[in-house]
This record gives sequence, structure tokens and C-alpha cells, in this order.
Amino acid sequence: MTYHADERGYYGEFGGAYIPEMLYPNCEELRQNYLRIMAEPSFQEEFHQLLKDYVGRPTPLYFAKRLSEKYNTKIYLKREDLCHTGAHKVNNTIGQILMAKKLGKNRIIAETGAGQHGVATATVCALMGIKCVVYMGEIDIARQAPNVARMKMLGAEVRPALSGSRTLKDATNEAIRDWINNPVDTHYIIGSVVGPHPYPDMVARFQSVISEEIKSQLLEKEGRKNPDYVVACVGGGSNAAGAFYHYLDEPEVGIIAVEAAGKGIHSGESAATSALGKVGIIHGSKTLLMQTPDGQITEPYSISAGLDYPGVGPLHAHLYVSGRGEFISITDDEAMKAGLGLCELEGIIPAIESSHALAIFEDRKFKEDDVVVVNLSGRGDKDLQNYIDYFNL
Amino acid sequence: MNRIKQKLQEDKKILSIYFTAGYPQLNDTVKIIQDLEKNGVDLIEIGLPFSDPLADGPTIQESSTIALKNGMHTELLFEQLRDIRETVSIPLIIMGYFNPVFQYGVEDFCQKCQNIGIDGLILPDLPLDVYQEEYEPIFKKYGLINVFLITPQTSEKRIRAIDKASDGFIYMVSSASTTGAKSGFGTEQTHYFDRIGAMELNNPQIVGFGISNAETFDQATKNTKGAIIGSAFIKHLTQNGVDHISDFVNQIR
Ligand SMILES: Cc1ncc(COP(=O)(O)O)c(C=O)c1O
Repeated sequence: MTYHADERGYYGEFGGAYIPEMLYPNCEELRQNYLRIMAEPSFQEEFHQLLKDYVGRPTPLYFAKRLSEKYNTKIYLKREDLCHTGAHKVNNTIGQILMAKKLGKNRIIAETGAGQHGVATATVCALMGIKCVVYMGEIDIARQAPNVARMKMLGAEVRPALSGSRTLKDATNEAIRDWINNPVDTHYIIGSVVGPHPYPDMVARFQSVISEEIKSQLLEKEGRKNPDYVVACVGGGSNAAGAFYHYLDEPEVGIIAVEAAGKGIHSGESAATSALGKVGIIHGSKTLLMQTPDGQITEPYSISAGLDYPGVGPLHAHLYVSGRGEFISITDDEAMKAGLGLCELEGIIPAIESSHALAIFEDRKFKEDDVVVVNLSGRGDKDLQNYIDYFNL
Repeated sequence: MNRIKQKLQEDKKILSIYFTAGYPQLNDTVKIIQDLEKNGVDLIEIGLPFSDPLADGPTIQESSTIALKNGMHTELLFEQLRDIRETVSIPLIIMGYFNPVFQYGVEDFCQKCQNIGIDGLILPDLPLDVYQEEYEPIFKKYGLINVFLITPQTSEKRIRAIDKASDGFIYMVSSASTTGAKSGFGTEQTHYFDRIGAMELNNPQIVGFGISNAETFDQATKNTKGAIIGSAFIKHLTQNGVDHISDFVNQIR
């Protein structure tokens, strides 16, 4: 039994490629080449060199002493917040830009919600001198002005998604439509472990550097490679996929996925997909998603724009349904409080997405000698206005 | 015999029209179908609106959004169509995305279609391999033809596989695009039409995407069996409502 994708991109019943024929050649080209290209020594060398010299990897595995004392367990933080551009997203965009180059593509498209993935994509496009178009919901453009400015400074064109609800899911639709209209020269850098096969598997592999590092770092600090638990927040699920990756098939390691409950799971304003979703098709993947009984995709809500997605990647749907993963949902209020808590105890301002993962310790109790690794997926600079508004700073 | 197959045997070019159910008004569905038949259209694609229509350009997206806002949903569409075979005999296809069909239950959906007298389905995001492995027996059981798409980028090998899996016609997407994105055909399209024509496929081809008037209809059907008009008809409905459907059809042929 494995929790990784099979050859056709299925995780149990989830995954696959539910795409219109217009996208078939694009996805097929990628599917036929991604494993071969990733295995090439020259690819690996360039990828790891950039992760080291440009992104700043390995990111530290930091023993959070005061946080551990507060919750009476051993908490380590995997410091993805220290990556260049401020979040784990760049691990994936570095990998995919190199993939695009190997495939001979000269134009990049991406979708973004809060703008983190858009910034990470614009960054690597600037680095490689490749043209970049980022689709962003019209509503998100208004909410996330600093990241829009960053993308522009980095040379990207930010195109507003004006369709549907004008947020992340619609930006994703627009990026897919662009890819349909530009099937030959363009590579689509998807921002999470979502979309049609091979994206979920490819993005998970690029992010898997996170758990690869945790293994060796933990060995150094604790004398063992495996923690008792790995904890990560799940929007689409890419930072979680990376943090879980090398532990998926090690049953002694507990996997905890944290979703955004927004104003409460049953408030009607939530993004807790495992609790509220049903099996269906979103963005080319069979997975759990929030939808009406009639199969129309609904608009999620979370205070954190990065968790505001109506689906989860097929890996996470499988972890949930199979029981391999423990799923916890955290409200806006709980996350904001946990975020401030980390500032006060450890001197680290986390992204609100990551604050969701930190918030589980209030109710989810661990043993004193448990080793719990929390993936701190990003830093809070981008969320300052939210923190200011919420705490009246 | 299935009405689509029967129609395809006629010695004429097929004019197929797409419209979004529930647009412009919630209850326009039956009138639009009746008027299209009355004015000599050969085949109708009834669009089941979806919140996230990936393969569609702005015109059909907008019509879907409005149709959903008007209150259209799967069960209601079936209700509207319940007695449709008492008044029309034109072949009818439901075109939509897979998720609403999947939520309804594929078998229930197909059974309902048969009861009503629907002849086929076009579900662009239901891929060939999944159809063949999981759903083909259900479609067959209820007498429904499943229509697959091909594009200028589709490989010859895959076109052959799609031809083999098809049992009606092949929906030939005219260019690499979403619906309504490009209009008019250049040499690239003509070459593509010729190339597919030369393959001598078992199933006739009907061209869609980019057809908006008599000129593009004639170009598209020179070497194929017919053509499908979607966005241009939706625009006509937007501007003129449902009372002038004959004007639109008559300008095509
Ligand atoms: C810091 C941070 N964490 C988490 C996420 C959620 O994405 P994913 O679930 O793919 O890791 C985002 C998305 O923007 C993010 O910026």
C-alpha cells in the first residue's frame, strides 16, 4: 500500500485528468516527460543549486523551546518562512521553470489568489528571463495590492479574472483557458498539488525537499529521522504534501492536515473542504470539493487568502478518506490568536495560513515526549494589514 | 434508430445550434428548441450550465452564470424537457461539464435522458479512457451517443482511437481555443479540415468553435458533415431575445 500517485495519477479513487480534449496534448506532453526530466542529473543539479543559492535552502528546523513549554510537548518548526519570497511556493516554481525550459517553452502562465504563488512565479520568470502572465481574480487584486505591485516590479503582467466569483478558482479557470488558447509555446505553472495529472504528483515531488530536509535535520537533533507527527495547513495542499511526502508510507508518523474553518464549519463561510466537500471534479481532478447538491462549485471563505480554495489536492482527499491523515479545522479567530502567540513566544511573525497549523495545540494534546514538526509555510509580512485590522494595531 | 444517426444519413450539411438552458430567461428552453426546429436547424445542443466552464470563452461563461442565477439546475431542465418529444422530433444533445452529471449520478442522468428522448451527450471534460472504463455500458444501455472532441493538436493515433470509440459524429474543434475566442478561418484551419478529411474516418465530423455566419458555415462544411454555432447564437439571444430566432437561422443558410 502506498499513498503516492499511481502511474495514471490516482491516489486511491482521487486524481486523474478530467480535462477537455483541448488540454490533452499539453498535459500529455508533461506527463510523458516530467519523470524523465526530473531524473536527469543536469536537472537535479540545477534545481538543487538554485534551491541552495537562490532560495536559501536548507531552511532551518528550529526547536521552538518556549512554544514547546507552553504546550508541554516538543515542537519543531520547519522554517519555510525563510525561503526567498517568503513561503514554500518558490520550491515549486523553481522546479517548474526548469521543467518549462527543458520542454522548450518560452511563455509562462500562473494563477494566484493572495499573490504568493504569483510572486513566486514572477520571481523565477525574472530569474530566467521568460515572459510571465499571472491571472488573479478582480476581487483579489483589490485585496492584495502589495503583491500585485511586487509581480509588476518583477516584470509580470497581472491579468484580472473577471469571470464567475472573480477569486482564486476563477483565476485558475482563466489560466487554464489561456493554456487552451496557447497550447504550444506556453507552460502553466500551477501553484499547488491540484489540477490534472501530472500536476499533483509533480508539485508534490518539487515540494518534497521539505520532508527530505526534515529527515536529516531531525536525525541530527533528535537522533531519529521520524517525528511522531507532522503538521501542515492545507489550502490546495502543496506545503503539506511537501512536509508529508517522505512520511506518507511510514505509518508510525502521524500526519495532521489543518484546514480553514473560516467563521466556523457550519457558518456558511468556511473553507474546510474535508468536512464540507463531496467527491467531484474541479480543475481537472477528481477530489473532494465544496459544491451545491447540483454540482456547482461554491465559493469558500477564510481570513487567509491562501487557504481560500474550494477543493483540496487528490492526495489529501485520499489521506482523509483512507484515514491516513488526521484532519483538523481551525477558525479565523483561533488562527489569528495562534499567529500572535508565535510572535510573542518565539519572535516569528507567521503567515496566517501557517497560523492555522500552529493553532491546533490549544485543543489537540500531545504527549510530553512527542516530537511534533509544524511546517511554517510562510512569513506574515504579506498579512500585516490583516493583522493590523484584526488586532487594531 | 437514434435520431442523431438518422439525421447524419441525410444527404445534407448539418446545422447544429448550441444554447445555454435557462438563458436569457429561465423558461425559454422549450421555445428556443421549438423555434430552432421550425426554422430548419438539424441538431440542437442544450447547454447544462456550470459554474466553472473551463472550455468556454466569455460569451458562454456569461450565459451560464446568468442561467444559474436565473435558477437553472439539472432537475429543472429535465422537468422543462419532460414533454418535449410531444412537439419536436429534432435530435437533441445535452452538452455540459462532467461534475453536475456526476453529482446527479451518471446512470440516473442517462436514464432520465432516455425517458425524455435525449439522443446524445457532449461532456468535454469526461476523458476518453474514463468513459471507456467506467461509463460506456451505461451510455449504451440508455441509447445515448457520446460525442468526443478533437482539435488541431490531437495526434493521428488519438484521432483513430476516438473514431473507434465514437458512434455518431466527431466534434471537430476548429482551432486551439475556447468557445467564441476566434472567428473566421485561415489556411491553418483549411489544412486541418483537409487533413482530417483525408483520414477517411468512420464517423462524420461536425466542426465547432469560430462559426458565426454563412461564410464561416460554408467554409467549415466544405469538407465536413456540418457545423455547430454557439457563441454567435447566444449573442443573438442577448441582443434580440427569443422572438427573432428565424432571423438568425436564415442568415446562416
Ligand atoms: C504561506 C502559505 N501557506 C500555505 C498556502 C496554501 O497553499 P498550499 O496548501 O498549496 O500549501 C499558501 C498559499 O498561498 C501560502 O502562501
